Amino acid sequence: MTGLGFLIPVALLLGLAALAAFFWALRAGQFEDLDGASLRILIDEDDEDNLPKA
Amino acid sequence: MNIARPLSPDLPLDETILSVPGMRCAGCISKIERGLANMDGIAAARVNFTAKRVTINHLPDLTLPDLQTALSGIGFDSQPLSVELTRQDQDSTALLKAMAVAGFAAMNIMLLSVSIWSGATGATRDMFHWLSALIALPTVAYAGQPFFRSAIKVLRLGRTNMDVPISIGVGLTTLMSLYETATGGHHAWFDGAVMLLFFLLTGRWLDSVMRDRARDGVTALLQHRSAGAWTLDNDGRAVWTDVADVKPGMIMLVALGERLAADGVIVKGETRIDMSLMTGESAPELHRIGDKVLAGTLNLDAPIEVEITAVGNDTTIADIARMMEDAGQGKSRYVRLADRAARYYAPAVHTLAAGSAIGWLIAGASLHQALLIAVAVLLITCPCALGLAVPVAQIVSAGALMKRGILLKDGSALERLSEVDCVMLDKTGTLTLGRPTPQNLDAFSPQALGIALALARTSRHVLSTALARAIDARGISALALDDVREEAGKGVFAIWQGQQVRLVRPQRLTDGNNATSDMASALIIGDGVEKLIRFTDALRPDAVDSLRQLQDLGLESSIISGDRMEAVAPVARTLGLTAVAGLHPQEKLDAIMRLRDAGKKVLMVGDGINDGPALAAGHASIAPASASDVGQQAADLVFVGDGLTPIPLAIRAARKTMKIVRENLMLAIGYNVIAVPMAIAGMVTPLIAALAMSGSSLLVIGNALRLNRIDR
Repeated sequence: MTGLGFLIPVALLLGLAALAAFFWALRAGQFEDLDGASLRILIDEDDEDNLPKA
Repeated sequence: MNIARPLSPDLPLDETILSVPGMRCAGCISKIERGLANMDGIAAARVNFTAKRVTINHLPDLTLPDLQTALSGIGFDSQPLSVELTRQDQDSTALLKAMAVAGFAAMNIMLLSVSIWSGATGATRDMFHWLSALIALPTVAYAGQPFFRSAIKVLRLGRTNMDVPISIGVGLTTLMSLYETATGGHHAWFDGAVMLLFFLLTGRWLDSVMRDRARDGVTALLQHRSAGAWTLDNDGRAVWTDVADVKPGMIMLVALGERLAADGVIVKGETRIDMSLMTGESAPELHRIGDKVLAGTLNLDAPIEVEITAVGNDTTIADIARMMEDAGQGKSRYVRLADRAARYYAPAVHTLAAGSAIGWLIAGASLHQALLIAVAVLLITCPCALGLAVPVAQIVSAGALMKRGILLKDGSALERLSEVDCVMLDKTGTLTLGRPTPQNLDAFSPQALGIALALARTSRHVLSTALARAIDARGISALALDDVREEAGKGVFAIWQGQQVRLVRPQRLTDGNNATSDMASALIIGDGVEKLIRFTDALRPDAVDSLRQLQDLGLESSIISGDRMEAVAPVARTLGLTAVAGLHPQEKLDAIMRLRDAGKKVLMVGDGINDGPALAAGHASIAPASASDVGQQAADLVFVGDGLTPIPLAIRAARKTMKIVRENLMLAIGYNVIAVPMAIAGMVTPLIAALAMSGSSLLVIGNALRLNRIDR
């Protein structure tokens, strides 16, 4: 029984943490531009003047 | 994603959101963001690719036209967004949050319930009940709000809807469970109440996702007017005037490639104007001094000065917007199958629950027992299948259609589409591709084509871009030219190996009546004669086959066009359809209304602004992705690609979806026929309620998933 007193709060807290993470993601706009995210990875970040000199 | 320019941080910045429909790839994102961020006065630009929008933070002294000019300098057309459109889909987000909370709670309470069902007794059971109550009460208070609010709203109006039995069911179940918990009873139904909320919220959220896709067509229409105009002040200087301040009588300057902000009469210059969105005319029309021009049309050739005759709500485009709004009202009154079922459902459930409570009281049970029975009946009959099965079927079939290039914008669209019995098709841009295609390129030598390509590439004129694309497709490369220059309204001129070469407006045609055959360009090499390149608006490649498929589905088709009869007749002959030509937007709308009054359910297929009212009035409507924004917004479905086969495919899919929806409703009824007597007999424990609820939900979802294979 003492195990329960420990495990149930842990289970609830883990669930709550996931819920909080989801709410944060929603508020932070993580789901705003789903198609764009997959394309942005293709964008070359280096500006031309920052390129390493060969 | 871009590096902010070193603007002083304490400067106040304005935020402007522009719609940029032309972005298609990663290159476009970086081009727009970097191009804008490198401009003076712009601190940051952020693209939202999904919404095809860019948010720009800039100094207040940069005006809207400045930003639009900057974007067109990078190569993108843009339109300002009205406030209504920038508003986020808050409804969906709120439902998603409620659903997340209910899902979390349902999982945890179920965990506790399973241990109770597997035999926990005494103090352990009480503790688990209290823990469940601790999770369930805030959850019901938060996640139940969408249902409670809507129930209270309709009860105030003296009516009832699906949310009333849901609210009573969830509320009563929670209260009874709390009472049981406090008195140390054997059964608590927290799991059932919360799981019910979760299932229903899932259905509601899917439904609202579908609704969000149907954004307001009328708002999009007004976007087609520009946000303002360059007008001449008393000293003859050009000043930027916001559209709200533009008055009749002012002279406005309309640059090449600009949309008109108001109706008016040309006072200086002559140009061809692309009226296709307004009238369905495929050929750009030549307008001279004294000719009337309409707001929302596109100036193609040369700058003109226009004396404004009508602004704002008096313009022709605003008339069309009003017509669309009126025509669309019939559609918004359409009652969906699920709602029709709900109309009978709510009173039936209430009677049943109240009846069984009274019955048990009469039979000598205590009030406590009778209430428990009523709770079980409410919980068991709660409309999981109705609330979940219909949206799931629709979202699955919308997803399957999307993979085939058909975008479904409204949940009730499939239902309406499955009922149509005749089809009206627009010509320009719908049966045809809606863009000029050169017809007689074979008559030219490869060398001539090389020159033509080099000339055409330098111009952004409609015919030039079409010509360049067609010659490119033949694998011919451009020849090197010197001294290339474009004269607005005349053509492109250059020197090739010492000879003058020209791609110009054909002289012979513009002299005479231009209306019939303005779709041509003349190529002149050296002192040679001018050779005409003729353009037509070609039929979509599989039009004949698609129309035969429509016939096989038992649908009658006919053409309804705003173009001239001479342009419509050949198309009608090729396809073997009856046709009506030369119709104004109002007349198209009337034609649809006449059929509707005769009891027909019309599917309207069209693309232009002139089709907008007809699209809104049709029982269902489809537009190609090449359509104007208005056409796309007013239509229920939008399909991509050059073919027409998506139309019969969508109709077949719609019919199949409705078949599944009806099956699901039958399943739900069948489930109730078995479960309700058990509940009335008092045999339903929380375990059975949970099994029945999730079992029936899984059954209808599984059935709906069969729609994934929609074309089999």
